[in-house]
This record gives sequence, structure tokens and C-alpha cells, in this order.
Amino acid sequence: MSAPAVHSLWTTAAEPISKIDAPKIEYGQLSPTLIVIGAAIVGVLVEAFVPRKSRYHVQLFVSVVAMAAAFAAVVALAAGGYGTTKAHIAAMGAIAVDGPSLFLQGVILLTGLIGVFTFAERRLDPAAHGNRVDSFAAQAASVPGSESEQAAVKAGFTTTEAFPLLLFAVGGMLIFPAANDLLTLFVALEVFSLPLYLLCAVARRKRLMSQEAAVKYFLLGAFASAFTLFGIALLYGYAGSVSFATIAQVVDGTVPDVNPALADTMGNDALLLVGAAMVVMGLLFKVGAVPFHMWTPDVYQGAPTPVTGFMAAATKVAAFGALLRLLYVVLPGLRWDWRPVMWGVAIVTMLGGAIVAITQTDIKRMLAYSSIAHAGFILAGVIATTPDGVSSVLFYLAAYSFVTLGAFAVVTLVRDAGGEATHLSKWAGLGRRSPLVAAVFAVFLLAFAGIPLTSGFAGKFAVFKAAAEGGAAPLVVIGVISSAIAAFFYIRVIVLMFFSEPKPEGPTVAVPSPLTMTAIAVGVAVTLVLGVAPQYFLDLAGQAGVFVR
Amino acid sequence: MENLIALLVAAPLLGAAVLLCGGRRLDAVGHWIGTVLAAVSFVIGIVLFADMLGKGPEERTLTQHLFTWIPVGDFQAEIGFQLDQLSMTFVLLISGVGSLIHLYSVGYMEHDERRRRFFGYLNLFLAAMLLLVLADNYLLLYVGWEGVGLASYLLIGFWQHKPSAATAAKKAFLVNRVGDMGLSIAIMLMFTTFGTFAFGPVLASTGDASEGMLTAIGLMLLLAACGKSAQVPLQSWLGDAMEGPTPVSALIHAATMVTAGVYLIVRSADIFNASPDAQLVTTVVGAVTLLFGAIVGCAKDDIKKALAGSTMSQIGYMVLAAGLGPIGYVFAIMHLVTHGFFKAGLFLGAGSVMHGMNDEVDMRKYGGLRKYMPITFVTFGLGYLAIIGFPGLSGFFSKDKIIEAAFAKGGTEGWILGSVALLGAAITAYYMTRVMLMTFFGEERWRNQPTASPDEPSAEPAAEHHGAHAEPHPHESPKVMTIPMIVLAVGSVFAGGFFSIGNRFEHWLEPVTGYKHGNPPVSALTVTLSTMVVLVIGAGIAYAQYGRRPVPVVAPRGSLLTRAARRDLLQDDFNHVVLVRGGEHLTRSLVYVDHTLVDGVVNGTAASVGGLSGRLRRLQNGYARSYAVSMFGGAAILIAATLLMRGV
Repeated sequence: MSAPAVHSLWTTAAEPISKIDAPKIEYGQLSPTLIVIGAAIVGVLVEAFVPRKSRYHVQLFVSVVAMAAAFAAVVALAAGGYGTTKAHIAAMGAIAVDGPSLFLQGVILLTGLIGVFTFAERRLDPAAHGNRVDSFAAQAASVPGSESEQAAVKAGFTTTEAFPLLLFAVGGMLIFPAANDLLTLFVALEVFSLPLYLLCAVARRKRLMSQEAAVKYFLLGAFASAFTLFGIALLYGYAGSVSFATIAQVVDGTVPDVNPALADTMGNDALLLVGAAMVVMGLLFKVGAVPFHMWTPDVYQGAPTPVTGFMAAATKVAAFGALLRLLYVVLPGLRWDWRPVMWGVAIVTMLGGAIVAITQTDIKRMLAYSSIAHAGFILAGVIATTPDGVSSVLFYLAAYSFVTLGAFAVVTLVRDAGGEATHLSKWAGLGRRSPLVAAVFAVFLLAFAGIPLTSGFAGKFAVFKAAAEGGAAPLVVIGVISSAIAAFFYIRVIVLMFFSEPKPEGPTVAVPSPLTMTAIAVGVAVTLVLGVAPQYFLDLAGQAGVFVR
Repeated sequence: MENLIALLVAAPLLGAAVLLCGGRRLDAVGHWIGTVLAAVSFVIGIVLFADMLGKGPEERTLTQHLFTWIPVGDFQAEIGFQLDQLSMTFVLLISGVGSLIHLYSVGYMEHDERRRRFFGYLNLFLAAMLLLVLADNYLLLYVGWEGVGLASYLLIGFWQHKPSAATAAKKAFLVNRVGDMGLSIAIMLMFTTFGTFAFGPVLASTGDASEGMLTAIGLMLLLAACGKSAQVPLQSWLGDAMEGPTPVSALIHAATMVTAGVYLIVRSADIFNASPDAQLVTTVVGAVTLLFGAIVGCAKDDIKKALAGSTMSQIGYMVLAAGLGPIGYVFAIMHLVTHGFFKAGLFLGAGSVMHGMNDEVDMRKYGGLRKYMPITFVTFGLGYLAIIGFPGLSGFFSKDKIIEAAFAKGGTEGWILGSVALLGAAITAYYMTRVMLMTFFGEERWRNQPTASPDEPSAEPAAEHHGAHAEPHPHESPKVMTIPMIVLAVGSVFAGGFFSIGNRFEHWLEPVTGYKHGNPPVSALTVTLSTMVVLVIGAGIAYAQYGRRPVPVVAPRGSLLTRAARRDLLQDDFNHVVLVRGGEHLTRSLVYVDHTLVDGVVNGTAASVGGLSGRLRRLQNGYARSYAVSMFGGAAILIAATLLMRGV
């Protein structure tokens, strides 16, 4: 080949490539997520370059600023009308910026902020070798009980990586309920799951249990992810697209253009139904619905308690957000198929969670089963398939996450020689010794039980009302029966705290730093405000209850 | 003018608030504050009365709407007043007699440490009673109804350190609860039937309701009236209520509160008119109580309890008259007013006697007191003549009209009711003569013997001031006590005649209650003459027994009837056997059912849920592989169920 010919080949080939369009990204509208992910990357850099002594403070600062800035961005977007009139699909169809996204992102960011506070608590454990310690292992990689672990403790190491991990998890959670195509959904799922697997493994106390929990969570999570991914593949086969909007159009039979390569499979309902069931199953795993709940008690118990509190609150918010979007945006045309199945899931979840919780003797496991029962209650609102259903679920999630964070924060305070005293028998008579802590915990328990004047009542009432109006009255009946069963074990703890004699070698209540105090105080305040005057927040959730398509 | 109505209630209410919240610093002047505010209410009443007289008979009703009390959907409870001729009559009676008794109490309660509180309660009573008669709807009436019940309870038990007083107060309260239930049920029935409980709409639309419903409402109102007015079968509390200070007995348990039942029936005239059954039951209750109270009154040696039996009996006359319908309503109220005068006067007289006799209440230890207490004797005597129906005095006119109306009811019913009323008049003459003779005539049985033994249950504690064991030195009471007695005696003498001349009272009340002249089967003159005859017979028997023969200081054993009458015709024994024992059995059985059946079901459910929990818990075995299998199974079911729904 001659040189000019070669040259012309180069030049002619090069020209069309330069025409590729750059993707259009609305940075401003995605700023909450971008800030958090950016801060997470900064956190990794901090781990690499900042001296060990000052890492804790820098990480705490970066995390708090990132959460607060991201929350401010969410508020600014909501105030700018992106939750209502200007709601649209951003980032080339990958991310929906609409009411539910912004509402849930706001809740996740506040949850994350309070999570940072509980992560950063360093006054509960006695100082080891003159170094203040938090809930995380000195060096996660060291074998429990080994010499290297002792050396790490002696050197005053701490796992400050927890902060960037938390930020990554929050980042994924921010995308998860806003994801508008199946691939983004899956990526977000993994982005927030992997940091959580790690965080579960790094408890300072009871490290073996913590690691066991993390491995179980990881294995089962991977198993569930596989189902989800397979379901996504089937849905792609059905619709020829991963975009929520396109799938919905195919379901409704209004698809504009058919991909000839997929003409054979497109519109095959078996693919649609199986695919949808599998994707939904992956989400049900994350919210902890029966029978995909089995990881919850073990992981909640084994994980460091601040992680448990954050995970229990934020994962549920993100996963229910994604489930809502999937069912309301992608599969509304299919609701006569999925509703009966979801009915069954909601019933066994409500009853299963409440019944098994009765015989629990560990406070963290009891709260885990309680969270399962609550997942059932929220599912009842999801099933309503009405705008009220969406807004009631949004409200419930906001109310529930603050109660959960507060309750687990209180659990971190009650300690004995072995760390947290989570066995219920040790809580006997706590009300006599520490009336304030016991009273605060009682408020949270009453909120879990849905007693009036707490946020739990307002949330449960909204969800049940929406479900009843959406034609799911039998679910409401079962929900109320489950609530009655659940009330038993919540109130039993109150009775135990206030009406039992304290044990002689009972646990002590540690005096926390202002960080945990803030977390608990915010929990109590939100619980009472949402319980006494819920209307403003119900209205807010009502305005935010419309999905963009 | 109608803006003054609220002040009628507000003045004594203010008094109650000031006296009960004011504390000790008001001890010195508290009784005068209470008396003045009662008088203020009376003066306002007079002003309104004068205004009312200036208007035509059909334009006399005034209304005042204050505010909406409970606005809930269709349920609109209003605070509003209605002042018509019927309410006006009561307002004047309540505030007038009330003021007099306030004045009397200034003297009577002089030595009591808690006098300020006593006046606070009296003012509270006045406010509640005025609210009761001024309300323009049944719900607000109910508030007043409960208010007077509360005041009555507080005042019966005023000397709460005495167990007998505390018990009597509780008894009155409990028995009244039964009647109050009747009123609340009646109000609920009204609301469901008519959609309102305001007097105007309810009474105007009785034609829209079935007779059965009206009978039910009427009977429930009657039950309420029985409780408040001590009518059979809810009469048992009134005798014990005499444990309260005597002014209380005069004001609340003779002149005003106990007549609230009569007010309620007359106010609800349209309901009773539309239900002959309810009317019949009302007349029967009235007739039975009339005899019951009179018989009890014959056997009591305690002067206040004898008068209490009399009150019961006289209210029986009023209820009987109210049950007769339009031929009787006016006379029921007329007798109510005249009775208010002479019975209050009699009680104040009794109080005056007790005041002079070291608070002795046993008439067998009185005798010959006319020399020592001339004013008391004269006023009491005028009251006595009025109540037995001596020609020309108040009771003559009002009672005679009721007896006539009872005969005028017609048929066998009329004859029976008329005869009972006539018989009651004879017994009234008997027991009142007995009281009169034992107290003011005969030997001075109080000499040479200790009075009021310390364990005497009805001895009032003020006795300590006089020396409980010394021989009494009967003396006339101070002016502050005798003046009210004189005023009331004047009323006892002239009120009946004033009302009857030219049928004034009928014309006055007719626009509110309606009036129809009843024609008895025999001429009115025959009825009047028969009344005179039985009066003479009754009084004559009493004179033969107590006037001509000495009265034994220790009561003789007496006949079976006498002994039963002393025990209030076994009312408490009946209540104990039927209600108390029955109630105890019922509660015991219910407790048994609760423990075995209800708790059994509840505990069984709890145990089975707990058992299920224990079994389900074992599924959580800690192995990730089992969890994965569970998830896999769940996913399989989920997919299968989804496919099944579509039937693919």
C-alpha cells in the first residue's frame, strides 16, 4: 500500500469518530449524589495521605460536610420545583429527578448524617492504651485474637475507612430509588451493598460474630443480586431495552420502535413475568421481606450497632424507593399480576416478623424481626397502587428511619464488661437506674408499636388508610392483628425496664458524646413531632408522591 | 333585656368561684358575698319578671344564645337560654327562696369553721339550678341537672367527718346516677329520633316520631325525674339526705332541687301528651310515692325525716298532677311553688327548733316549745296549716286543684287516683298534726334527761358549742334566722290564694304548658268538702293519739306497719336484697367468666402465638445454606405464583 493511500485511510477513518456526541449530564440536578460520591473519593485519598492521628477528625469533617451539602442541594432542588413541576428524567434517561427521588434522597442523607454521628462516637468504650476507640475494629484485616490485632490495638489504630465506606453506601442509596433504567438500578444496588458488607465485618467487639454476619450477608446478597441480574436480562429480552419507560411502553403495547434483533422474544409475557418476579425478589431481599429475610437477624445482631442502625434505616428507604418506582413506573400495566403475589408476601412478612419476634431474647435480633414486620406494613402501602399509597409509604419511611436510628443508638449506650449488653434480661430495671435513657427507649418502642402521638402511629395510620382505600382491606386487618402481636414484645421491654427489679451485676449506661446524644435527640424529636403534628409532613410526602415517567 | 338572662346564672357562679377559690382570707366576709350574689340573682329575676309582665302572654319568651359548645358535624350543642313563664316561675322561686335561705344560713352556720365553703356550695347549687331551668336544650339542662346533683352531694356530706353524712351523700349520689342515666338515654333517643335536643324543635316535632319512641323517651325522662325528685322506686336517698345542714334540707331537698323532676316532666309536656302510656306510669309513680312518703312520715320521730317523708309525698302530688296532662301541669307547678314556700318554712322552723334544742332532732324529746319559741311556733304553725290544706291558705288551693284534676282524669283511673290523693290528704293532716303536737304542745319532755347522746348518728356537730349533755335551754333564734321564716310564712299563707283568684296562675302558665279545664265526675264543691272531711279526720286521729295522751319518750314497739314505716317501708332492705346482693352475684359471675372464658381465650391465643413463634424460630438455624434454600424456594414460589396469576 502506498503512503498516500495509508494516509487517506487514516484521515478518512478518523473523521466520523470525532462526531460522537458527548452525553448530556445535568450536573446540577445530580449534585446530591455527585457531592457524596466525590466526598467518598476524597475520603479514600484522606486514608492514603493524611497522617493516622488526624484521619478521624478529617474524615468526620468531610463526611458531615458532604452529607449536609448534599442535603442542602436536595432542598434547593425541591425548592426549585424539581420534585413537582420540573420533574424529569436526567442523565440520558438513567436518573429520574422527581418528588419521590428527592424526598427519599433527603431522608437517606439525614439518616446518613446521623449515621456519621453514631459512627464517630468514641466515648462509650473505655480508652485502650490511652487511645479513644469507636465501634470499629482496630485493624479489620487482623485475625481476631491474634498478636497482630493486639499490636494494632496497642498502636491505637482505628478503622477510619468506615467513613468513606459509609459515603459510598449513601451514594449508591441516593441513586437506587432514582434509577430509571435497570442497569443503573443494578449498579446502584452493588454500589451501596458492597460497602455495607464490609462495614458489617469490622466490629471491635465480638469480631467473629461480626465477620460471620458479613460473610452471610455477602453470600446471600450475591445470591439475591444474581436473581436480580437474571431478571434484568429477561426483562431486556422481553422489551429490548433496559429503560423503565420503554419497558412500560412495551407492557402497555405502545412501543414506538421494535428492535429487529429481538423480534422473536419481544412481548413474550413469560419473560416479562419471570423477569419482573426476579427483579422484585432482589428488592424484597434488600427490604427484608419474608421469605427473603433470613439474613436480617443474623446481620443486624453481628454488625457493629451504629452500622446496624444506619443499615436498617437507610437500606429500607432506598430499597422501598426502588421497589415503588419499579412497580409504579415499569409495571403498572401488570398490577393485576403482581398485586396478589405481593399480598401474599406482605401477609407472611407482617405475621412472620411479629410472631418470631416474640421469642427473641436479644434486643438487636428483636429489633431485626421488628424491622421485618415493619417491611410488611410498608408493603401494604405499596400494594395500594394509589398516589396516597406512595405518599404514605414515603412518610412511613421517613418516620421509621429516625425511630430506628434512635433505638439502635440507645442500644449502644447500655454496656457491660463484654461491650453492649444486648441480652434482654440485662435490661431489667433499667428504668430505675437510668430513667432518662429508659424513657427515651420507651418512646422509640411505643413508636415502633404505633401508639398514638408517636410518628409510628401517624405512619401506620397513613399506610393502612391508603391500603384500605386501595382495596386491600383484608391486608389492613392482618396488619392490625400483627401490630397487636408486635405490641406485645415492644411493651414487654418497657415493662421489663420499668417494672422489674434491677439485677445486681446489671449493665451500666455509658455517657455518650454530643454526637450520639444528637442522634438520639433528633430521633426523639422527629418521633414526637411527626406523631403530634404530622400534617405538614404528610402534605410534603403527598406533594412528593408523583413519579415522573 | 334578654342579655340579663346569663347574669342570673353568672352571679351565683361567680360567688361559687370566688368563695371556693378565694381561700381563708374571705372567711370573714364569705357568707355575705354569697348572700349578696344570691340576692343579685333574685333582683335580676324581678327585673326580668317586671319586663315579662309588660308584654302580651304570647310574646313573653326570651332567648339568649351565648355560643356553640360542641360543634361536631350534625351534632350541635349550644349554650343558649330560654326564659318563658315556666322558667320565670322557677327563677323567682329558686333565687327568692335561695336568698332567704342564704340569709338564714348566716345565722345557722355561724359557728361552723367551714362556713365560707358552705356558702360557696350553696352558690354553686343556685347557679346549677338556674342553669337547669333556663337552658334552652336538654343537653344544657343535663349540665345543670348534674351540677345540682354535685352540689347536693357536697352539701349532704358537708359534715364529712360524720360517717353517716358521708354515707348519705354517697347514697344520694349513687341513686341519682340511676336517674341521670335515664336522662342521658332520653337525650340520646331524642338526638337519634329528631336530630336535635333543643326544646323548640324536639317538642314541636313530636308528631314525627312513633308513639313507641315517645313512650320510651317519656319513660326515660320519668326515670330521671324519679331519681332527682325521690319518687318510687328511686326514693331511698331523700331520708338520708337529711344528714346535711338544715338550710340545705330546706333549699335543696324540699323547695327546689327535688322539684326538678316535676320541671322536667312539665317542660317535656308535648312528649308526655303524645304518649298516654308514659302519662299513666307517671300518675302511678306519683300516686304510689304520695302514699309511700306520707306513711313513712307518720312513723318518723326525727323531725327532719318526718318532713322528708312529707316532701316525698308532696312531690308525689306534683308528679301525679304532671302525669294528668294539660289538666294537671299548671297545678303541679302551682303546688310546687306553694310547697316551696311552706316546706322551706317548715324546714327552717325545724332548724330553728334544733338550734334552740342543742341540735336534738328526736321529737319525742321535744314538747311544749311554743312558749319558748313564739316566732318559730307561729311561722311553723302557718306552714303546718298550709301543708295540710287548711281553707284559705296556700296548700288548700294547690292541693285541692290536684285532687280535683285527679278525679277529672275520668273513668276508673280517675276514681282511683282521686281517692289516693284524698287519702294522702288525710294522712298528711295526720302526720303534720303529729309533728306539730309533739314539738310545740304537750309536756316538756326535754327536761330532766340528757339530750343527744354522742353516738346519736343524726346529731349535728354544732352541738359541741352548746354542751351536748346539758339540759337544753330552748330559746328563740336570732333575727337573721327568723326573718326568712316570717317571709316564707307570709308566702305560705297568701301565695295559694293570690295564684287562684281569677285563675291567675292558669293564665300565666297556659302559653307554655297548655291548660285544659278538667271536669271531675262530682262537683268541685263535693271534692273540696271531702277534702275538708278527711283533713279533720286525719288531724283528729293525730290529736287523739298525741294531743290527749302523753307522748312516751322512748318509742313504743308499734304495729308491723309502724315498724316497717320507721325503716322507710323496708326500702333499703329491698334494695339490699335485690340490687346489692344481686349485683354482687352478677359481678362474681362476670369475674368468673372473665377469669375462665375471656382470659382463657386470650391466654390461649397468646400461648399458641408464642408456641408458633418458638417453632418458626427454629427455621432460623444460622446456616447460610438454609437461608439460601429459603430464598430460592421463596423465589420459586414468587415466580410460580406470578405465572399462575396470568395463567401463562
